[in-house]
Parts: sequence; structure tokens; C-alpha cells
Amino acid sequence: MHYESGVGHIGGNLSSIDLLMVLHHKILTPDDMFILSKGHSAGALYTTLWSVGRLKDADLNLFHKDNTKLSGHPAPNWIKEIPFATGSLGHGFSLSAGLALGKKLQGIPGNIFCLTSDGEWEEGSNWEALIFAVHHKLNSLTLVVDWNGLQGFGATQEVAGLESLKDKFLSFGMPTEEVDGHDLDALEKVFKKTSSGPRAIIARTNKGRGISFMENKMEWHYLALTEDQYQKALEELGGE
Amino acid sequence: MRNTFCQTLVQYSDLPDFVFLTGDLGFMALEPLQKSAGERFINAGIAEQNMVSVSAGLAKTGLKPWAFSIAPFIYARPLEQIRNDVCLHDLPVKLVGNGGGYGYGVMGGSHHAIEDYGILLSLQNMRVFVPAFAVDIPPIVEKLQNLPHPAYLRLGKDEKPKDLEIKLYAPWRKILEGDGPTLLITGPLAGNLWSNLKELNKQKRPKTWVLTELPFDEKTIPNEFMKDLRISDHLIIVEEHVAHGGVGEMMSRCLLLNGEAPRQFNHYCAQGYLSGYYGSQNFHRKESGLTVENILKKLSN
Repeated sequence: MHYESGVGHIGGNLSSIDLLMVLHHKILTPDDMFILSKGHSAGALYTTLWSVGRLKDADLNLFHKDNTKLSGHPAPNWIKEIPFATGSLGHGFSLSAGLALGKKLQGIPGNIFCLTSDGEWEEGSNWEALIFAVHHKLNSLTLVVDWNGLQGFGATQEVAGLESLKDKFLSFGMPTEEVDGHDLDALEKVFKKTSSGPRAIIARTNKGRGISFMENKMEWHYLALTEDQYQKALEELGGE
Repeated sequence: MRNTFCQTLVQYSDLPDFVFLTGDLGFMALEPLQKSAGERFINAGIAEQNMVSVSAGLAKTGLKPWAFSIAPFIYARPLEQIRNDVCLHDLPVKLVGNGGGYGYGVMGGSHHAIEDYGILLSLQNMRVFVPAFAVDIPPIVEKLQNLPHPAYLRLGKDEKPKDLEIKLYAPWRKILEGDGPTLLITGPLAGNLWSNLKELNKQKRPKTWVLTELPFDEKTIPNEFMKDLRISDHLIIVEEHVAHGGVGEMMSRCLLLNGEAPRQFNHYCAQGYLSGYYGSQNFHRKESGLTVENILKKLSN
């Protein structure tokens, strides 16, 4: 899909696709909502929604092309499974807090899951949302951080030194667990837990997971595949 | 206007889809609403970006959020949240800014909002309401409560003279008859100007209109207004907003698209901070030429 469209953002898609699959196949009910705050992983979300039958092959074939709903970052007002268009970082957690509060005020059932990137926690609005969510005890809200350790122009730790994000979340009053973001059973187990307030799950992931020449390489935040790279990636993944 | 706004919202606060957020502003003004709305009154803290995105989230669950702050803090700090989360999704979030224009006077430039509706009207699906008189607040709030789109309400000081009788609310209203130029005013300056203009002899007295809802286009300008404009062949626009994105520019575009151009056009608008000194709302209005005396001079030319 990315190869045919000649677009990148593959690294962050591969770091998050395992947890997106677990969420959509094992966790989310029709009452629940998922917000992709790291909108640049739209490709992984579209593929996940295809895997649960919500999108068709024809939809994916239009990814990143003209006259498509599958833009590089999710589009607004389209399908229920994508409640909000995202793409600018630092919006999704506030939106999710609003959804959780709206459900709480009206007694509407359902949980809210929000996926952010790690570098995204450099955005100040996320910390506003964190204060708000904890203060309002939004216990239907789960924050998932795709901690792949790399952002657009450097390693997250070198750019802004966010470690330990877990300690920071805990100091704000948000229970936080760390999990291997590619261990499907561990992810399912941690997603199923409940909390008396909002909670966070920091998923330790590998950018470019599953493709040797991409894994933990910063440049795969942006790069698109050449034909040779595409063939090699397919071989490694056992695809056709 | 803020108190009338609060009193009006109290009447809506028991609706099942009502919710009100403030960015920690409204002390000594919003307490009645806080009391009547209960858990639906949320002090979202000094965090406007979060407040606007939270409002979008609330709206997505079926609520009709009102988000309040002083005017510059509700449109400038969270502009991207308004653009992406509210406007792109066409959600019924109502942004309310107190102290439009130079309303906060000597509090300084950080507290002024002289480019608010120009900026907001450049966003998708956004509507703007700039009431001139406090008596217009109840019908506007009713309209906003039922409007299924984003909107911005710019509150100011009520400057309506006691002897000015206001007709039933409408987006365009004529408040003074005369044989002079056609004068279009947006915002509370209308009351102040009316008191002086009504004393002029009929020949000089402008046909004075108040405009409250933006944007408008060449199809929605009332025929009566266009008739006045054709007769007078002289248009004067007054607004406490910079020229860029303001009513003057909007009207000019409409007239050109209609193939019409009055012989004379004057635009009185906010000029920023020409001297670099700060003062009351009237100080800044004066520096921008937004005064009765200045406009009267133009009428006698």
C-alpha cells in the first residue's frame, strides 16, 4: 500500500500495528472508541480496519491517491471507527478526554482508547489533557503510548529526554504500566485491565518492526520504499 | 453583555445536551450559571488548547458545548484546535470571547481581540456573531444553542443609549433613517455613534445599519441595504477590527462581485498600536480614528 503510493511513515506504522490489531480484534466493543492521535500511522489503522472487515481492498488501493478517503492522515466525518481526523500531534488525548467526559456526563457506556507516539509528548497540550483527565477521574480512558524511541529528526531521548515517561505520568496521578508492544498476549492482558481513573500503557516497540533494514532506523519515519527494498521487505515478512 | 449572556444561559442549563466550559474566567459574573448547571459547568483551567479539543470530544458524544474565555484566549491560543478538531468536523462547539476589540483597554495588547473574526472566518464551517446591544444576546444565544455548526460569539460592552429603541433581532437592522451616506456598523460602537448621528439634520444623517452575523455574501445582503447604498452612492463601514478579514473587505468583495461600486467608500477600523502607548478602550478607538468626531468630519465633507 505504501509502496504503491510511494509514501513513507512506514516505521511508525510497523511499530504500532501489533497493538492496533490486538485492540481492534480483541478489545474494542461497538460502544468503545479509538482515537489515533499519531495520525501519521493512518496506514496501520486502515490496514487494521481492513483486517476486521470495515474497509475493502478497493479502499486500500486508493490509499494516498486522488479522490480517496484514505489520506496520509485520517480524514474527518467518514466512518465511525475514525471519530476524529488527526495529523497534527497533541490533539488526540484531549479529544479522547472530551469523549470520555461526554459519555460520563450522559451515562453512555463505552471505553476510550487513545494512541499517541512517544515524541508527541513534547507537545504541551498533552500535559493539559493529562491534568484534565486525572482531575475528572475519567476511568473509561486508556492512553497508549507507542514508545518506539525515534521521532522525525532524532532519537526521542536525544531530542527531549522524556524518560522516564512512566514516572512523569505517575507523578501526575495516572497509573501507568509498561508492556512489550509486540507481545500480543501481554498487550491483550494489559488492555483488559480497569482503573479508577485514566490509565496509561507505555508500549515498548521497534520502529520498522519486522523488516531488518528498517528496525530502529530513524530515517524510516519518513522514507518510502524503493522496488528492491520492497521486494526484500516482502521476503522477510513471508509475503507475496 | 457578559451578565446578560450568563443570565440567558442559565435558562438553557437544564437541557440534556447543555455543557459549559470556562478557561478559568468569569469570576464575579458566571457564578449563577455555575450554580444552575452543576456538573455541566466545567472550569477547564488555564489550558485553552485542551478546553477546545475537549469541547470537540464532548460534541462528538451529542452534547452542545459552550467554551468561554476572554476573547483573545479563546481564538488565538487554541487556533489549531478550533481549526482541526472543531471546524474540520463541523461540530456544534460555541466559542465565546468576552471583551472583543479593544474591550480590555489598558490591560494591554495581549488582552485585545482586534483580528478575531477575520481569523476565525477563514476556517471551514465557522459563523461569527458580533452583537451590538445586550438586548440581542437572548435571541443570539437561542440561535447558537440550535445551530449545528461551530460559532464564535464576540461579547463587548453594552453601549446602547436608553432612548434607542431596538427592533426585533435580525442579522441586518437599520437603526437610523437619513438622506446622507450609508453607514454600516459592526459591534457596540453602533450605540455610541447613534446618539450623535441622530442629532444631525436629515440631509447629512446617514442611513445607519447594524450588522451582527458574519460571514455574509453578495446573495445575503438585504435588498433594503443595497437600495440605500445605491441612493447614497457613499458607503461608510465602522468596525473595531483590523482591515484584514473584516467587514470592510468582505463588503468590498461582495460589491465587486455584484458589479457595484459606490462613488465613495470609507472604512474605519482598528489600526493596532500606532503610538505604542496603551490606554482605555476609548483611547485605542480614538487612536484608530474610531470616534464620532472623526466620522462626523467625513459626513460634512
